[in-house]
Amino acid sequence: MTDTLGQWLMSEAPMSRRQAIFGRIYRNARAVVRNPTALVGLVIVVALILVAVFAPWLSLGQSPLTQDLASRLGPPSAAHWFGTDELGRDIMARTFYGAQATLTIVFLVAVVVVPIGLVVGMVAGYLGGWVDAVLMRITDIFLAFPRLVLALAFAAALGPGIDNAVIAISLTSWPAYARIARSETLAIARSDFIQAAVLQGASTPRILFRHILPLCLSSVIVRLTLDMAGIILTAAGLGFLGLGAQPPTPEWGAMVSSGRDVILDQWWVATIPGIAIFVVSLGFNLLGDGLRDIFDPKSA
Amino acid sequence: MSTEAASLDPAPPRDLGRRATGIVRRLAGLVFSLAVTFLGLTAVTFFISRLTKIDPVLAVAGDKANKQAYDAAYHALGLDQPVPVQYLIYVKRVLTGDMGMSVLTSNPVFTDLIRVFPATFELSTVAVIIGVLVGVPAGVVAAARKGRWQDQVIRVVGLFGYSVPVFWLGLVGLFLFYGKLGWVSGPGRLDVVYQATMTPITGVVLVDALLQGNWDMFTNAFAHLILPASILGYFSLAYIARMTRSFMIDQLGQEYVVAARIKGNSFWQAVWRHAFPNILVPLITVIGLSYASLLEGAVLTETVFAWPGLGLYITNALFNSDMNAVLGGAVLVGAVFIGINQICDFLYKVFDPRLRTP
Repeated sequence: MTDTLGQWLMSEAPMSRRQAIFGRIYRNARAVVRNPTALVGLVIVVALILVAVFAPWLSLGQSPLTQDLASRLGPPSAAHWFGTDELGRDIMARTFYGAQATLTIVFLVAVVVVPIGLVVGMVAGYLGGWVDAVLMRITDIFLAFPRLVLALAFAAALGPGIDNAVIAISLTSWPAYARIARSETLAIARSDFIQAAVLQGASTPRILFRHILPLCLSSVIVRLTLDMAGIILTAAGLGFLGLGAQPPTPEWGAMVSSGRDVILDQWWVATIPGIAIFVVSLGFNLLGDGLRDIFDPKSA
Repeated sequence: MSTEAASLDPAPPRDLGRRATGIVRRLAGLVFSLAVTFLGLTAVTFFISRLTKIDPVLAVAGDKANKQAYDAAYHALGLDQPVPVQYLIYVKRVLTGDMGMSVLTSNPVFTDLIRVFPATFELSTVAVIIGVLVGVPAGVVAAARKGRWQDQVIRVVGLFGYSVPVFWLGLVGLFLFYGKLGWVSGPGRLDVVYQATMTPITGVVLVDALLQGNWDMFTNAFAHLILPASILGYFSLAYIARMTRSFMIDQLGQEYVVAARIKGNSFWQAVWRHAFPNILVPLITVIGLSYASLLEGAVLTETVFAWPGLGLYITNALFNSDMNAVLGGAVLVGAVFIGINQICDFLYKVFDPRLRTP
């Protein structure tokens, strides 16, 4: 059975659209699993998602918000595996719940940044001329901005919070995607199948969204995965400065910040959430590196 | 730089005139794109200043001002003008160095920025020197030993640098090297003893200490500087090593390297004498880019190490809702960032013969 399924998936001459799509997914998935870098990254990213979803169960009955001032700044112990923070809260529970804040930011930035970048890049690349010149000039301006400092200024003006952190990070992240989408579009737009679609009378939006968009996606996804590490680090930096998720919501950057004053005596308060940030952004870096090797061997 | 350009491009003298006009044209392009990007930057900071919920009139007139005083301040700030006119007024003020008063220090923001900038400059310069001294050889070795253990080790070290939060590494560094081992001095630029005797000349403590011939102060400043600079330098090291490696792999695959080996050069001679000079041009761009991004990384590092530079100034202003200071700092960092980026880009185009239009 598995053998025939494998043959059906790996078929060089798919009989139906469905078979072709499943076949492609299967082949890509196999490539990812066979690339050790990508696999380790994938495992970490999946673990992040699982931890975020199952945080209540993984925390072994500890609440991330319950304060216990009697046992504040306790070292790692049987009751609190990662110790307790300055308000006696369980650091393990807070670290697990902190995955939710990180995942929210990463997800929201992706949802905001990718469509904007794709539309700007595709329109610029496909229409060319002065539209291209103007859009790319704007893109270059935003690309030249220092991300963290601008995010700081935005967060300062709008007030701290996850939403504003997302807006601030998105504002400085979209230009990279516009550039990728534009260069892909420039290459695709000259192909014969686009000319054929034009001759059949397809409208410009139809060509952009039905024919060009799907071909831009793989480069954009690779870039997004690589960017995720930077986004997580910027978000954690904002949190560290007190501009991310607001207390008492557990957020890794803010947790490191709260351990700052006691770093010399109670090292675990700042160290544990820092390791969480490191592992997660390492995971995205590994996955992105691996995906780039698989889907875009030229630029590796 | 000029000697390299000459050796890379033996252009006959009659082309000099055409090349000169080409460079002038590029220079004009550089000035134009610098101007456009700067306008974009100020447009964004102007927009941010409109977003804030702090009433700029109250900040000037005070909350006890009567209606008349309020209206006068409203008019004096140009808030009764149309928004595009307000923006032009803002650009003009920024260009003349008028970024308003800092609420926190009650100095003009411009004066504050000039005072704090040397500290950041000192930190990022030492950091980039560390990054170049370690990153470039590491990248060359990784490329020459591609796929071997040296390459893997350098790759892992680089990947770590890409993934670790700089503020956390700073804290762990303080805990280890200051708290536990006592190898370096703690936060700040100087011990309190020296702060009193210190008279700023250039604002760069290392240079000032040398100028005053105060060797103790120099070593003290160095002990304070070395940890934050190494941590920042590590981040530029990761980037510089990665880029050097990919440039070198390109070069080592070329036939002239094989030719150099056939002529009887040793492997490392071929690497350093023949291949390496060819990556200098792109490498300078990379170093410039990492220098610009260090200015940014300095924001978080300075907060951790209580380093009285631009980053600490901006974050302190942030917590006191001192928007003039925040935006002034953002404009300065942005302008330096843009300037370095575009000048590197320009140098790259001028010195790389392949990118030069005939």
